[in-house]
Amino acid sequence: MSHQLQDLTLKIWRQSGPADPGHFESYRIDAISDEASFLEMLDVLNEKLIAEGLEAITFDHDCREGICGTCSLMIDGQAHGPQRGTATCQLHMRKFKSGDTIVIEPWRATAFPVVKDLMVDRSPLDRIIEVGGFITANTGGAPDANIIPVPKPVADASMDAAECIGCGACVAACPNGAANLFTAAKVSHLNLLPQGQAERWSRVEAMVETMDEHFGSCTNHGECEAACPKSISIDFIALMNRDYLKAKFKNRKLISQS
Amino acid sequence: MSDKLQSKTPAGAMADKWDNFKADMKLVNPNNKRKFKVLVVGSGLAGASAAATLAELGYDVEVFTFHDSPRRAHSIAAQGGINAAKNYRGDGDSIHRLFYDTVKGGDFRAREANVHRLAEVSVNIIDQMVAQGVPFAREYGGLLDTRSFGGAQLQRTFYARGQTGQQLLLGAYQQLARQIGLGAVKLWNRVELVDVVTVDGRCAGIVTRDLVTGEVRSHAGHATVLATGGYGNAFFLSTNAMNCNVTAAWRAHRKGAYFANPCYTQIHPTCIPQADDTQSKLTLMSESLRNDGRVWVPLQEGDGRPAHEIPEHERDYYLERLYPSFGNLAPRDISSRAAKRAVDSGRGVGPLKNGVYLDFSHAIGRLGKDVVKERYGNLFDMYERITGENPYDVPMRIYPASHYTMGGLWVDYELMTTVPGLYAAGEANFSDHGANRLGASALMQGLADGYFVLPYTIGNYLAPMLNQPVPGTDHPAFTAAEEEARARFQGYLDVRGSRSPDWFHRELGKIIWDKCGMERTAEGLQQALADIPALYEEFRRDLRVTGNGASVNQTLEKAGRVDDFFQLGMLMCRDALERNESCGGHFRAEYQDDEGEAARDDDNFAHVAAWEWSGDPMQAVRHKEELEFEAVHLAKRSYK
Ligand SMILES: Cc1cc2nc3c(=O)[nH]c(=O)nc-3n(C[C@H](O)[C@H](O)[C@H](O)COP(=O)(O)OP(=O)(O)OC[C@H]3O[C@@H](n4cnc5c(N)ncnc54)[C@H](O)[C@@H]3O)c2cc1C
Ligand code: SF4
Ligand code: FES
Repeated sequence: MSHQLQDLTLKIWRQSGPADPGHFESYRIDAISDEASFLEMLDVLNEKLIAEGLEAITFDHDCREGICGTCSLMIDGQAHGPQRGTATCQLHMRKFKSGDTIVIEPWRATAFPVVKDLMVDRSPLDRIIEVGGFITANTGGAPDANIIPVPKPVADASMDAAECIGCGACVAACPNGAANLFTAAKVSHLNLLPQGQAERWSRVEAMVETMDEHFGSCTNHGECEAACPKSISIDFIALMNRDYLKAKFKNRKLISQS
Repeated sequence: MSDKLQSKTPAGAMADKWDNFKADMKLVNPNNKRKFKVLVVGSGLAGASAAATLAELGYDVEVFTFHDSPRRAHSIAAQGGINAAKNYRGDGDSIHRLFYDTVKGGDFRAREANVHRLAEVSVNIIDQMVAQGVPFAREYGGLLDTRSFGGAQLQRTFYARGQTGQQLLLGAYQQLARQIGLGAVKLWNRVELVDVVTVDGRCAGIVTRDLVTGEVRSHAGHATVLATGGYGNAFFLSTNAMNCNVTAAWRAHRKGAYFANPCYTQIHPTCIPQADDTQSKLTLMSESLRNDGRVWVPLQEGDGRPAHEIPEHERDYYLERLYPSFGNLAPRDISSRAAKRAVDSGRGVGPLKNGVYLDFSHAIGRLGKDVVKERYGNLFDMYERITGENPYDVPMRIYPASHYTMGGLWVDYELMTTVPGLYAAGEANFSDHGANRLGASALMQGLADGYFVLPYTIGNYLAPMLNQPVPGTDHPAFTAAEEEARARFQGYLDVRGSRSPDWFHRELGKIIWDKCGMERTAEGLQQALADIPALYEEFRRDLRVTGNGASVNQTLEKAGRVDDFFQLGMLMCRDALERNESCGGHFRAEYQDDEGEAARDDDNFAHVAAWEWSGDPMQAVRHKEELEFEAVHLAKRSYK
């Protein structure tokens, strides 16, 4: 049965825009049902702020089902909060108790500038996809879907990688602000499939290099996997690195450089 | 019939119509395509697939979405699957059968020719998505796996775990991203359409508001596509993503696009029941669960025992009892009403007695926990995260919720609205599902519209416009629309009343859910038509939006969306009141047969109701497009 949480203190990052240095603001809130989701708790707070004539806290969210990748909060220093394999929107208040102080911040990464309050700009992730995170197959010319059998284990492994929701928690959790888990997930999804072979080497090369332009470099902390709401495995980073190295040989760039 | 409602259905036998259209349509030479600018609003399945394909063909394309990335469109949340008449199982599927099932599933209220085309191109969709790298579920031999879905007795549903929409959208998004990377598509993200502009009766473009800076600006194009999704959030609580809204379709309606069948809304039977008053949305548990889960309530009213203490003979597996041939897979509208009746009869389960059980214990016994986990693991995990209960041990609790809207902008066979040059695709149009949509058919329709219909039909419109000047954004119609939009948003800030937009949305949603939800009566609808305008009046007097209009202001965004939901809500109720019959998702308590099933009135209502804006939603004008059935016989829809 549901019961109510009392006396919660929320320390929330407020920043009016990219130029504002930003600061923490404290709010007290009571009578939150433990059936409520974390974001519903913020909805209640926002209603209260509006009732007091104050500006509501800006935060990104949409599906509230853990699939669109829009929600993005650092909760007590953890990307998406304390529950493993769970996006912010799927976190529920039953994970907290009365009297708790909860610190809420935006994703912190050089590549993700704050737009306002808890909302950041994650468009560099899209830039990585735009240079190679696809299979070139214009509409209309596709052969029958069953012409290329895909062994079940291959399809499953590809799907494991494809589950990435593009939230950027991996970047936010990484001490270096690296986007390797995100990039590896997309590289692996496509490079594992038979349909993805034609562009395998150019894909990984373009994506890794664009990733390096925008994000920090990976030094194998493994924080990304721990923060990932889809529990994407860091094994995919190894796969990406292997393909990248091979691509360099295939493309003979390394050889001509040395 | 209004002379604007020309369906432009091509001549010929049902199976030849689409081929005939393609054979006769006008073409734009490849080198001339870049001279045409096409504005695509929305980056869901319909918008992303249309934009990518149009750009591949050579058109100059711009895409608009209020999301930060096109990948986040609401299509991402679809779970269960996508239908296609591939007949890979050899279980007797065919284009005709998918066509027939869809027309019947829609309770004979869809335009046959559109549905037939949908069934025809369904097979191309699967080919295209596999080529894009969508990791659909596979058999051990490597071929594609399929499963069954509500309203069909075949296994024609392709799926990617419980994340089919995600994988399909990522496929279409990646194809779009490629075109963005190549510079063939310009993307406007975090930008919202706030008006549609017409000049001399044609669509000349749109006016948008930048959600980060508040900047209002105009965009001119030769053709505009609205692929902006459905209006299920009119109910406030729904399975739709929080930001889904009707603004684009509604603003188009106000500029002359007729709005068709707004009362056709789908209430999905398998959602997690509401847990408390602060609930912001409801979560769908995929219909695919009904393949293996059994729906029941206690036989006895007020039975408070936990599920496992209720013996078999004291349980009512009401879907299996009432609809033996479809059982737990009865179509959505029928299953939803049956659940409502079970709960209304005092046999609801759960702490608030507001649900029915969906029980997997038999499936776990029969197949083993591992198989069940492989099929539905992520859905079970999601259920547990939300409710704190483990569905491997206790049955899930479910209840119907607003999920999908069959109504939408009226379009002809070419997906053009009543405003020339303005198209509507995906859930935003009314076209293919009649009064009820079958599961796994929305993804199919979105991709059919975007990949395989619009790229042909838009050319047919554009070809004669080659080298003809079109109005630019300096045209007075654009400046006037911009001014109006600025004034409207400033207006919300200036009311300085006491209630937030969310408060009004919640109250509005309650009225629509109670009076225009699963069961409607003339009396209730008349009440709603008094209550909604009264609440709307209050909204205009007592709204409070804090902050300003020059930086991100989600309260302000919401105010604009709720404003449009109010107007739509009135039209939904008017449409429901005028349709004196029950069909599909529109159930009028006055019109039911002896067994409590929907009673259609084909003599008087075998038509599409298309509403024309007149300046006031309470005074909208109702037009009819008569539906003719040549390939399918009108029959009582029975799933017994
Ligand atoms: C939880 C859930 C599960 C579902 N499962 C299934 C399933 O298994 N099978 C199935 O077939 N169907 C399913 N559906 C239905 C299906 O997902 C949708 O009908 C379909 O994805 C709609 O696609 P769309 O392209 O029309 O619109 P959407 O995906 O909703 O995209 C709308 C786009 O328009 C943009 N937009 C809207 N308004 C504006 C504006 N004013 N300005 C700028 N941009 C705007 C948005 O940003 C977004 O990009 C499900 C739906 C839900 C809610
Ligand atoms: S890899 Fe995980 S954390 Fe990173 S973007 Fe994808 S889902 Fe989010
Ligand atoms: S809001 Fe969609 S993943 Fe959290």
